[in-house]
Amino acid sequence: MSVQGETTRIALQHEMSQELGLPKDHRILGLWIFLAGECAFFASLIGSYLGLHNSVAHGPAGAQLFDLPLTTIATLILLTSSLTVVLGVAAMQRRDVRGMQVWLWLTALLGLFFLEFQGYEFYTFYHEGLTLQTSAFGSAFFTLTGFHGLHVAFGVFWILLLLFQSLKHGINEDRTTKVFVMSLYWHFVDVVWVVIFTLVYLAGKVG
Amino acid sequence: MAAITERMALTHPQARSYHGVWAWLASVDHKKIGIMYIYAALFFMAFGGAEALLVRIQLWQPDNHFVSAETFNQLFTMHGVTMIFLVAMPILIGYINAIVPLQIGARDVAFPRMNALSLWLFVLGGLFMYTSWFMGGAPDAGWFNYVPLSGAHYSPGAGVDFYDIGLQITGIGTLMTAINFLVTILNMRAPGMRLLRMPMFTWSALITMLLILFAFPPITVNLILQMMDRLFHATFFNIPLGGNALLWQNLFWIFGHPEVYIVILPAFGIISEIIPTFSRKPLFGYESMALALSVIAFLSFMVWTHHMFADGLGPIVNSIFAITSMLIAVPTGIKIFNWLATLWGGQIRFTTANLYALAFIPLFVIGGISGVMLAMAPADLQYNDSYFVVAHFHYVLFGGTLMGALAGLYYWFPKIWGRLLDETLGRWNFWLVFIGFNVTFFPMHILGLEGMPRRISTYAPGYGWTTPNQIATVGAFILLIGMLILLYNLIRTFARRPDLVADPWDARSLEWSIPSPTPEYNFAQLPLIEHRDAFWVAKREGTGELPKAEPPGPIHMPSPSLSPFFLALTIIIAGYAALLHADWLALLAMLAVFWQIGLQLVHEDPGYHVHPEIPAGGAAE
Repeated sequence: MSVQGETTRIALQHEMSQELGLPKDHRILGLWIFLAGECAFFASLIGSYLGLHNSVAHGPAGAQLFDLPLTTIATLILLTSSLTVVLGVAAMQRRDVRGMQVWLWLTALLGLFFLEFQGYEFYTFYHEGLTLQTSAFGSAFFTLTGFHGLHVAFGVFWILLLLFQSLKHGINEDRTTKVFVMSLYWHFVDVVWVVIFTLVYLAGKVG
Repeated sequence: MAAITERMALTHPQARSYHGVWAWLASVDHKKIGIMYIYAALFFMAFGGAEALLVRIQLWQPDNHFVSAETFNQLFTMHGVTMIFLVAMPILIGYINAIVPLQIGARDVAFPRMNALSLWLFVLGGLFMYTSWFMGGAPDAGWFNYVPLSGAHYSPGAGVDFYDIGLQITGIGTLMTAINFLVTILNMRAPGMRLLRMPMFTWSALITMLLILFAFPPITVNLILQMMDRLFHATFFNIPLGGNALLWQNLFWIFGHPEVYIVILPAFGIISEIIPTFSRKPLFGYESMALALSVIAFLSFMVWTHHMFADGLGPIVNSIFAITSMLIAVPTGIKIFNWLATLWGGQIRFTTANLYALAFIPLFVIGGISGVMLAMAPADLQYNDSYFVVAHFHYVLFGGTLMGALAGLYYWFPKIWGRLLDETLGRWNFWLVFIGFNVTFFPMHILGLEGMPRRISTYAPGYGWTTPNQIATVGAFILLIGMLILLYNLIRTFARRPDLVADPWDARSLEWSIPSPTPEYNFAQLPLIEHRDAFWVAKREGTGELPKAEPPGPIHMPSPSLSPFFLALTIIIAGYAALLHADWLALLAMLAVFWQIGLQLVHEDPGYHVHPEIPAGGAAE
């Protein structure tokens, strides 16, 4: 048992991650763990929002402001971007670098569309009298959706970086993992939006 | 993947090398990072200790005017913040950095550059908070910084902003440590090192990192909410505009209670290493010890409202949280009895490390019992906000965490620095700290029961508080002498030539199977682990040589990098800019932060190779 071949050595190093059936790549496991922390982060933000959403003081309430058709379109845009990122990763796994780049472009574009919607929404609400300073509801709404928006913006930035890297240097196994890890993050940001859409917009509309 | 890095390494045979101070700033070696954590924690301990002494001098006699009430508030706030966030956590994370990869038979942590970033965020974030003393006053609303006292109306100065931004910065670093060590412990164990063969200190690190992962996001959010309030006039805690003061308390203690286990579980781990080593017996009830750690961690998220018994949340809420709080005594009791059972019939050696470990047990039991007293909601209303609480948490944090940390310092010092601390000075250090600690904090139980509220800057004569306060102050100076002896011991030991003994204590876990100080690649060949306490078994059954899991060969190492340090520095600049309302500079600095993060996201490190068959020591530097 003292001397192993090179292949055995790598297999052995991966042996212990298999005890729990975890991903072998540190970055993939690390990102999953990061997302667990992000769940606690958004749970705290959403919890704070739910505690304060009726505290409208003298400002407008959510039911008066929310524009469900518009938000639904934005939601569909963001959910579609989850599909495009999956197609991008699938293309990458087929070694279709061109296909991956096209789908990643599209994902970033959809992300930007979503941010455009959010900018428009913030602008409208501001003109209808809801600001960060109006009421605890306003503070909680802008902070929660704002931090989600920052996550989307960071995701777009991340996609573009990997996209330019693949355009400039092509793709290799290391960059494949980078793209895969990014796609996990992107899915998470979309899932959080589903929760926000349900608990803030849908529930907010019915009161 | 390995093939790719191999190929890249051939084209980049040697990484860029740094010298002098730069070698430390650019280091991604977990052992050097651990050493820097420990140094920085000891540095901040001097400040936290000085603040405590000033508090004790002020309370020496009734109607004292040694410091003003305003200064007093800043002193006890910074003492608490420093000792929790800049001493207790970093010193334990320092040991985890220096020791855990060795205990699991790994060559590094999963994300070496991120590890360096965690370190620099803590060091620079701590210094950031300390600059508040020169920039309009330190935070002064207590370490838990309750609103509305900490709101813009009652705390208009920048002190609370330093608290919010400083803790946010160090907290992000701590979260990254959690991700790093979870991946390291889960994925980088040597072949055969199954979860139930890991040393108990590694187990405690694993559970602590899980606690950090779920406890730090709530405080991150809480600090964000308060920053929104204070910097952008949001209304989360502004009651007339619908804000809610209890939101701060809830989010703070959802973090805050797990936090006290974040600083005690690694100390449990240290004790669980030291007691078996110096009793020459395996740890009694290994599985129950690991299970108890997990149960404590789980329950720690179920008890936060016991910090809010006096809020008037009602008998049902209070009863539920009183019961869950008292439940924690069960797994903790299991640990205490297991340590005692480990000692039972052992050949006990009373080294300084073991003296600290043995003192830990009764002191922590006293703190635990006063904890159960505080957990009884109706009785708590009598103790609430009195010196009884101060006595309780110093018995668990000083009697527990710090005794554990000092035990760990004496125990692992030869492994980390290649030198043994002087045992005679160690005994003086231990006995003075032990006596000084009890003289300082035991009278506080009585002061609390006599009705002295905590956080008052002075008191009137005639309550019978003067004598216990004077005893406590005398005790604080005994403690000071004890800690100065530790400092002298450290200086003397560093001035001496290193002993370079690999296994001075005849210990049990893997870190002792490799040279002291450890070469940068840790293990020339990764060991194959076939038992719990594998090194001990190897020493008893053979030559002390562990079977090897791989053939000798070149070892791939990550390149040193200055980018974590500069990223942390840019974050600090953004912090100052936000605090001084220099909006454009803040925006620019944040863009620079994200740009640097972006560079890390596309970064490819070719690393370099070391050849351990070259005589040991030559390959290390």
